Amino acid sequence: MNARLRWRKFVSGFMLTLTGVCAAISVSALFLILGYLVVRGGTSINWAFFTRLPVPVGEVGGGMANAIVGSAKLLFLATLFGVPIGFLGAIYLAEFSGSKMAFVVRYAADLLNGVPSIVIGIFAYALAVLPFKHFSTLAGGFALGLMMIPITLRSTEEFLRSVPVSLREGAMALGASKWKTIATVIVPAAYRGILTAILLAFARVAGETAPLTFTALSNSFWSPGWTQPTASLPVTIYNYALSPYEDWHRQAWAGGLVLLGLILVINIVARGILARGISVSRS
Amino acid sequence: MATSSTTVPSAGPVAGSRSFLSRLWEGDEIARLITFVFAASVVLVSILLVVELWHDSVLARHRFGLSFFRTSIWNPIEGDFGALPFIYGTVVTAGVALLIAVPLGIGAAIFLAELAPARVSDTLEFFIDLLAAVPSVIYGVLGLFIVVPLMRQFIAPWLKSTLGFLPLFQGPAYGMGFLTAGIVLAIMVIPYIISVSREVLLSVPRDQREAALAVGSTRWESTWKVVVPFARSGIMGSIFLALARSLGETMAVAMVIGNDPKIHASLFAAGYSIAAVIANELAEATSELHTQSLIELGLVLFLLTFILNGLARILIVLTSQRGAGSARA
Amino acid sequence: MKRVFTLGAVVLGLAGILWADTLSMNGAGATFPNPIYSKWFDEYHKKNPSLAINYQSIGSGAGIKQVTEGTVDFGATDGPMSDEQIKAYQDKHGGTGILHFPTVLGAVVPTYNIPDVSASLNFTPEALAGIYLGKITKWNDPIIAGANKGVNLPGNDIVVVHRADGSGTSYCWTDYLSKVSEEWKSKVSKGTSVNWPVGLGGKGNEGVTGTVKNTPNSIGYVELIYAEANKIPYGSVKNAAGTFVKASLATVSEAAAGAVKEMPDDFRVSITNAPGKNSYPISTFTWLLIPQKFSDAAKRDALKGFVKWALNDGQNYAEGLSYAKLPKAVVAKELKAIDKIQ
Repeated sequence: MNARLRWRKFVSGFMLTLTGVCAAISVSALFLILGYLVVRGGTSINWAFFTRLPVPVGEVGGGMANAIVGSAKLLFLATLFGVPIGFLGAIYLAEFSGSKMAFVVRYAADLLNGVPSIVIGIFAYALAVLPFKHFSTLAGGFALGLMMIPITLRSTEEFLRSVPVSLREGAMALGASKWKTIATVIVPAAYRGILTAILLAFARVAGETAPLTFTALSNSFWSPGWTQPTASLPVTIYNYALSPYEDWHRQAWAGGLVLLGLILVINIVARGILARGISVSRS
Repeated sequence: MATSSTTVPSAGPVAGSRSFLSRLWEGDEIARLITFVFAASVVLVSILLVVELWHDSVLARHRFGLSFFRTSIWNPIEGDFGALPFIYGTVVTAGVALLIAVPLGIGAAIFLAELAPARVSDTLEFFIDLLAAVPSVIYGVLGLFIVVPLMRQFIAPWLKSTLGFLPLFQGPAYGMGFLTAGIVLAIMVIPYIISVSREVLLSVPRDQREAALAVGSTRWESTWKVVVPFARSGIMGSIFLALARSLGETMAVAMVIGNDPKIHASLFAAGYSIAAVIANELAEATSELHTQSLIELGLVLFLLTFILNGLARILIVLTSQRGAGSARA
Repeated sequence: MKRVFTLGAVVLGLAGILWADTLSMNGAGATFPNPIYSKWFDEYHKKNPSLAINYQSIGSGAGIKQVTEGTVDFGATDGPMSDEQIKAYQDKHGGTGILHFPTVLGAVVPTYNIPDVSASLNFTPEALAGIYLGKITKWNDPIIAGANKGVNLPGNDIVVVHRADGSGTSYCWTDYLSKVSEEWKSKVSKGTSVNWPVGLGGKGNEGVTGTVKNTPNSIGYVELIYAEANKIPYGSVKNAAGTFVKASLATVSEAAAGAVKEMPDDFRVSITNAPGKNSYPISTFTWLLIPQKFSDAAKRDALKGFVKWALNDGQNYAEGLSYAKLPKAVVAKELKAIDKIQ
């Protein structure tokens, strides 16, 4: 028995160390990327970067202010459109629906998730740009929102389902109606996972370029209102990265850094603000 | 885990228990209706997308019919198009990406959920989530300037010397190709696997672990044989997300796959994927047939995703255990 | 949380109101002239602060598409619209047409990366066509070596790089190859996207530049400005008169000068392989695509004013960005043609 136990203990230690290696590899990939961006683009981050409009090549002092504001507007629209659909749809799947409908909706969400971002762009172009003969921020927000739906829906559903039965039954026993149970017990219990899902979807669309080129186009100037083309960080980064100028390249990396920084900040803020609520996962 | 609809008296028509009006008053019917509308809209959007793609590819479909799936030519000037090399490239790169990302991702998720102290786990998670936010063009450029030379100078020669007897690892390696694209994709999709799997693992009730340990299993055994199966469904869900992302990734792949519409057995060879060719050629496609052929490729990708998802679900059903973590297709 | 939302909504809504007095116009198209167009629109905006012309380089074909669909006010292209495309435009716009206005000139150069070879190579049309057809596979092939006596070319395999995305640069390159090689013309022909017989596809000029830089023994084609900005070696090409010419502003202008006499009224002309002792054979115009009829008088006048400025003062910015100015005769002809815009 001792030999067998020793072997099992060895396997245990070995495998668990291996998982640590996996984590190290994954994280180091990120640090490599961050390091590259910092080294190549760090020098371009200054006050002008955040407040000035882009200037033509050869001139100094330009920035990505319009791209930052544009991305903010687009992501705001995308969240407004995509998150409620994903979230409420997931509630239906987890709480109300029968298994057939659930299967169909899940399958549809997975399909939508696999659509190349450029095809979503074409789709949004046909629905939101052509009829109005205008590229616009609204069309861009629509395209990005579409992309947020599947991740939000599938992940939220998983986390809702993972709430222990005991909580549900407890609420029922106290006489709460279905939707009250969902709103006051189940969702708060799963909030961590749901927030993770939404932030993941948000992060993904924050860096998407292709759908925007067909919908929001881009803009060298400020974009007034919601019906004009607008600059955005991913598209501007893309244009600069593929240009021949070293200065624009540096700005592209700086733009990448700023984008990641903004996502990090939003992550921290969102988790911080919504830290209230019952958490059963780490008891 | 029993689904809630069997234990809640107010869900669905249960003869005589509560009147429709009282259910309405309680708000459950409205809640059900509202959430149903949103869920249905997802299906609606997917159907609309397919309809749109179908409609916009009519010329190409009538012209090529089923031969679109069998031919390997892509000639915009002559108007002759076939999807086979793109299907091949899409499947191969996604396959390589998942082969790399799934073990790494699940391993990392296990580490973060089971072993790392809470603070370390949360901090590392923030950083890994950031990987999902890096714009794909940056992945593409980094792939071009870092992974491609690495592949050409170190990885390919090493693979050739150790595994060169396999046709997978033969032939010239210029750096760009299926394997490079697969590696870049793997890095892009790993955050989805880690992030979701970690959360699901964290939500496994403590008593499951403790029960396993109580009967004398090692830490690893309790994790691998009890906790992970309990979280199986969520982990599978995360793999679906990763699969979908790797099938549809456009920009990064276009920059490192070599963009050569040919089929090669070697992973070092240059190839092409559906998303990459659409991204490269759609904006500039001048003839109607060219445009519609590209849209038909989009439709093919839809079909491919449909089939792969279906196969994966069948796999889940076939390998599902009874009890905890039972299959939820 | 709610307050943050409403505050954000108010701020963003205000943003819409404050810019109501600016006339905004949108144009899209060719990537090739993007540096100079961005300079021009910026300078013109400084002169006319109430006018903001937003130009985005999404590609020549996309520019043609969008101006045909009417989602942008004007387009830009490196390859002139074909008759079918012009007809398609007319069909969509009730019979009114679209006008081409050349703006600047540019060149496409063959760039290469051969270990231990730092000399500037000479390429004959046969060499370029043979390499891109896949028939010439080694650097020390006699066809290449014959034009480069004194250079020690290795016997390595040539790695061919072309553009993966459709582009005006590819159009110019394939247009040239179609003119100098019957085999190329019949097998591959010219276009923004073609069925390349061999080679890796790089994305954008930058992708080709990066691939060539990182791949020993490779050859690619890029716009002159990319080669100069990235300091990569590029070769001379033998022109129709038999001289090996390296791309420069002077040699490109000379190619255009030869075309002036034959310039059609609609300005759609190809100047590859142009006559002239020192003309660079892979040169091209780039055009603005302007609708003949505008429903909005303010936009029409704004655009007409801009084109006039671009043809006069704007030309002074060209050389600083490695574009050749238009020949004076062409400018004169265009200024007359502006009146066609109604």
